[in-house]
Amino acid sequence: MTAHYDQTPVLQTKNLVKRYGSVTAIDHADFELYPGEILAVIGDNGAGKSSLIKALSGALIPDEGEIFLDGKPVHFSSPMEARALGIETVYQNLAVSPALNIADNLYLGRELRKPGILGSVFRMLDKKEMEKRAKAKMSELGLMTIQNISQAVESLSGGQRQGVAVARSALFGSKVVIMDEPTAALGVKESRRVLNLIKEVRDRGLPIILISHNMPHVFEVADRIHIHRLGKRAAIVTPQSHSMSDAVAIMTGAMDVNSPTQAA
Amino acid sequence: MSSTDKKPSSPMLDHDKVADQASVYVAQFERQETPLQRFQKFLHHYPIAAPLIVLVLAIISFSVIVGDRFLHPFNLSLVLQQVTIIGVIGVAQTLIILTAGIDLSVGAIMVLTSVVMGRMAVNYGIDPSLSILIGIGVGALAGFINGLLITRLKIPPFIATLGSWNVFFALNLWYSKSETIRSQDISSVAPLLQWTGQTIDFFGARLTYGSLLMLGIFFLIWYALNWTAWGRHVYATGDDPEAAKLAGIRTDRILMSVYVLAGVVCAIGAWVLIGRIGSVSPQAGTMTNLDSITAVVIGGCSLFGGRGSIYGTLIGALVVGVFRNGLALAGVDVLWQEFTVGILIISAVAIDQWIRRGKA
Repeated sequence: MTAHYDQTPVLQTKNLVKRYGSVTAIDHADFELYPGEILAVIGDNGAGKSSLIKALSGALIPDEGEIFLDGKPVHFSSPMEARALGIETVYQNLAVSPALNIADNLYLGRELRKPGILGSVFRMLDKKEMEKRAKAKMSELGLMTIQNISQAVESLSGGQRQGVAVARSALFGSKVVIMDEPTAALGVKESRRVLNLIKEVRDRGLPIILISHNMPHVFEVADRIHIHRLGKRAAIVTPQSHSMSDAVAIMTGAMDVNSPTQAA
Repeated sequence: MSSTDKKPSSPMLDHDKVADQASVYVAQFERQETPLQRFQKFLHHYPIAAPLIVLVLAIISFSVIVGDRFLHPFNLSLVLQQVTIIGVIGVAQTLIILTAGIDLSVGAIMVLTSVVMGRMAVNYGIDPSLSILIGIGVGALAGFINGLLITRLKIPPFIATLGSWNVFFALNLWYSKSETIRSQDISSVAPLLQWTGQTIDFFGARLTYGSLLMLGIFFLIWYALNWTAWGRHVYATGDDPEAAKLAGIRTDRILMSVYVLAGVVCAIGAWVLIGRIGSVSPQAGTMTNLDSITAVVIGGCSLFGGRGSIYGTLIGALVVGVFRNGLALAGVDVLWQEFTVGILIISAVAIDQWIRRGKA
């Protein structure tokens, strides 16, 4: 793996603020995601990490502060806009359509149409091309244990469904993939597969933001760990520099880290 | 930046390592399948098989009970004409049931638009083709109102269309003054309105233009549902609206388009209705609501949305048509026809639930 911390961050926030009435969900938060890394975001419930992630994926519009994509300031007013700029999100509740097949799910909302008059006038879907590309992406990610690309997603296990969701994000995410608790709904073995998949996606060059409560999972796959507390970044640690109990201590405020350290 | 290159102490837990090598199969049971279970599996694989079997059984039964009169070409073409209306309205109902909705107002929209078409052409002397277009516009408007109630006011489809059914039907009685427009008045001024009832010889069978129109609508909607992005989005919206939204589908727009399209299809159904009965009656087609839902459900559509096919509805409509016709020929009172259609709906849903349980 090659994380490039000397380069411009792919995704960055400066002084991000979001208030809900008297509650400050994001309190001047800074955040950086570098090319080629898996950055885990952890924090206790109510620390504001999901608000931060929503701001990054376009689901929430911050009150103050700036978001930079590849160093350029961006403003998302909807998840669609973030997606159009190459930021894909995988949701924990397995956001796939059970009755549709794998290829349909991969391309849901972004279907390919046939070239020429069939596509432009008759709006005809290019099913063959979508199936071909879906197959290619699934096997590239080592997911072709799923034999049939045209089988309904409801016939897949939870892990395989999450695999479909991850494949979708890898297919369309050109800049960043955000994964919100991707293993929360899965069993032990299925979690393993998804973790391997996350590494696979990272190794193919897409940086990943991983939100998780599962410390062993975070420490296994993350290159750096962003610890969120009281609406802002409390520290950045690495699995090498700190132990799991250190991370939990920082997360809960039991341990103080003087200044956020860059991974090094 | 070298520290990230290797992880000296992997925090990967032992049980995770073990899990990596574990068997994929969590549990396996040796099981002898009974013929019934195999049949259940077969139906699950081929959802179209159940309505087909019912149709074939119904045809055989009525041939035995009623005899030659049932299989007489004249009667079969009558069945087809009766099925045409259920079929067209069934298409509208299928679209809505696929989105996990239901439309109780389809029959009322059809009657209302047939009255609009008839009065435009006969009472106001408007060009018949324009009258039909105005009727279709009224159908679209009616669907649009249903769609607004459901997407904007967030009223459940059942309640929204229960209300609009009564509203549309009352408007129909008011606008028609509860008067029937006689067949001869229509044929003298606007024969185009009755065109759907004209028959052509098709290899010995007498088909109406209405039945051909119905088949055309089935084909168009089949194409739209299976070969366009819109169709995928209709299925996705009915299947899991949240997942569809997260995938970037504007589900409210999809619902809106479905209700408007259903209104348009109902208006075309009105044209077919005029051709079928010749006149325009504000009391016609009162059974269409129940029949269309029955056709869709027998055809294998799930009332919970996202599952089903449009050709299933065609077979479902044939089943309803055959039952109504066969029972009438057998001299059974109309009230028992209603009884039977009711039983058909309940059985179809019960069988559907049974088939779904056979998934494992």
